[in-house]
Amino acid sequence: MNVLVCISQVPDTTTKITVSPDGKSMNPQGVKFILNPYDEFAIEEGLRIREKFGGTVTTLTVGGESAKEILRTALAMGSDTAAIIKDEERQDSYIVASSIADVARSISPDVILFGRQSIDFDSFAVPSMVAELLGWPNISMVSSLTIEDHSVTAERDIEGGKETIEATLPCVIAAQKGLNDPRYPKLPDIMKAKSKTISEHPKSSAVRRVNVLDMKLPDTKRLNKIFGESDQELDEVVRLLHEEAKII
Amino acid sequence: MNILVYLETSPNGLKRSSSEALTAARALAGGSHITGIMFNGTPAAFNAAGEYGLQRCLNINDKIIEQFSNGLAAIAISDAAHAIGAKIVILSATATGKDIAPRIAVRLQAGLLADCVELIPSGDSVEAVRPIYAGKALIRVKPETAVVVATLRPNVFTARKTERTTVAVEAFSFASDKDVRTSVVVSTSQNMGTIDVAEADVIVSGGRGLKGPENFHLIEELARSLGAAVGASRAVVDAGWRPHREQVGQTGKTVAPSMYVACGISGAVQHLAGMSTSKVIVAINKDKEAPIFKVADYGIVGDVFEVLPKLTSKISAVTGRH
Repeated sequence: MNVLVCISQVPDTTTKITVSPDGKSMNPQGVKFILNPYDEFAIEEGLRIREKFGGTVTTLTVGGESAKEILRTALAMGSDTAAIIKDEERQDSYIVASSIADVARSISPDVILFGRQSIDFDSFAVPSMVAELLGWPNISMVSSLTIEDHSVTAERDIEGGKETIEATLPCVIAAQKGLNDPRYPKLPDIMKAKSKTISEHPKSSAVRRVNVLDMKLPDTKRLNKIFGESDQELDEVVRLLHEEAKII
Repeated sequence: MNILVYLETSPNGLKRSSSEALTAARALAGGSHITGIMFNGTPAAFNAAGEYGLQRCLNINDKIIEQFSNGLAAIAISDAAHAIGAKIVILSATATGKDIAPRIAVRLQAGLLADCVELIPSGDSVEAVRPIYAGKALIRVKPETAVVVATLRPNVFTARKTERTTVAVEAFSFASDKDVRTSVVVSTSQNMGTIDVAEADVIVSGGRGLKGPENFHLIEELARSLGAAVGASRAVVDAGWRPHREQVGQTGKTVAPSMYVACGISGAVQHLAGMSTSKVIVAINKDKEAPIFKVADYGIVGDVFEVLPKLTSKISAVTGRH
């Protein structure tokens, strides 16, 4: 069974975001970039599928030269090969999805795994788009996955509960936290991963469908009224919630 | 400018997020330009949609859609968009909406404006504001396509009723290729008796300050007095005190309720990312330097074990909920 795992490089979750001089993107200066946290579950699941059924795991990212770092992490965890589609901007989910679909057509995997969302643009868009472009089924927010013969059974999180979904292979899966416990790469494997080759694929010629006009930091003005724990002060909080915020 | 709105039904009618989507559509175009689409719509759902000004609704009552399939739903909605000449297709950014909107966008060769918190009319189209980097920044985006698909973040757009209209329901059948390969929902399980944080109007969340799972009854009692859902910080979910479905924050759910009450939560960046767009934030923490107070409208510096029981009884006295 051949697996394609698609991962992305994102700013560390604790990053303080500032706006670039262009007014429409994040200023990357001083920002630490990491492997998208949900993608760790996707890589781990890919490795487990290979361990059970044989085959290969290819890890793919779309991004700039520095994104090769996260491919090295995937290689150290056990991915057989790694590939990059060079696209520094990576802002248009349709172009990203088209580029990934092109690679998928050329290597014909049985399963394509993603993290449930990339925590930079948070669009939840690329996995479903890739599935639609390929004419495949997809299951998103997957917290449990069983593959048997050519059928897939998965549990996905929905509001207030879970859905059990069935599909056939080939299939696109987007991994949610809880799917597995990602392994830590071992030091010798980290060293070996440094010298492995990373192949390069061209960016899709698809045309941009959405443009960013500007980027702003949110207006986080809060009332910041601070109280103590005395009865009188709690009475005042309840009064304000009732009369000022009109929430109770 | 014709708009198609995908409406999600609930056992008693329409999901609130769908009422919000109808209200948002009304702000863009006159009622006669708005068409709804439902799967297996019920009289209760059509009535509810009428309260939000819907005049025309397509209903798909197809055997094939009985077991909900995201791939087929996308085909059906795309076909309906073609049939009514929709320039804008609006869905809620719910589990279903987020799953199928990208497929619809591909089918309609449309730009996807995902998880919008504001829609801005722009000539014959629409621009949107959407949060990125977990709400740490907002971008204004403009589609470059003739047709646009937008998903709206639940709880952000206010649902406003209007003069009730009678909804003309039309059966709609879509030309699905019956061999299309897709996934189907074989069963659904609901967590009985609890409100999901992603859908709740008010959330009371507990963190490590509660000291143990046995003390969460304090959170549940305050939640009951407010008619709120119970949420949790990552620390207490990772410790196994509370289920993952309650987790608010970067690796949990992003929420935007009318009021968020954080109890014994220090306010790590990852937690703030999931709740900072809440309309009113209340924080209770004994450490007055805790970062949660920086984003709070009303902060109570005190011991949660002292404050929660008192606050619960004072709020119960106002709301009448116990």
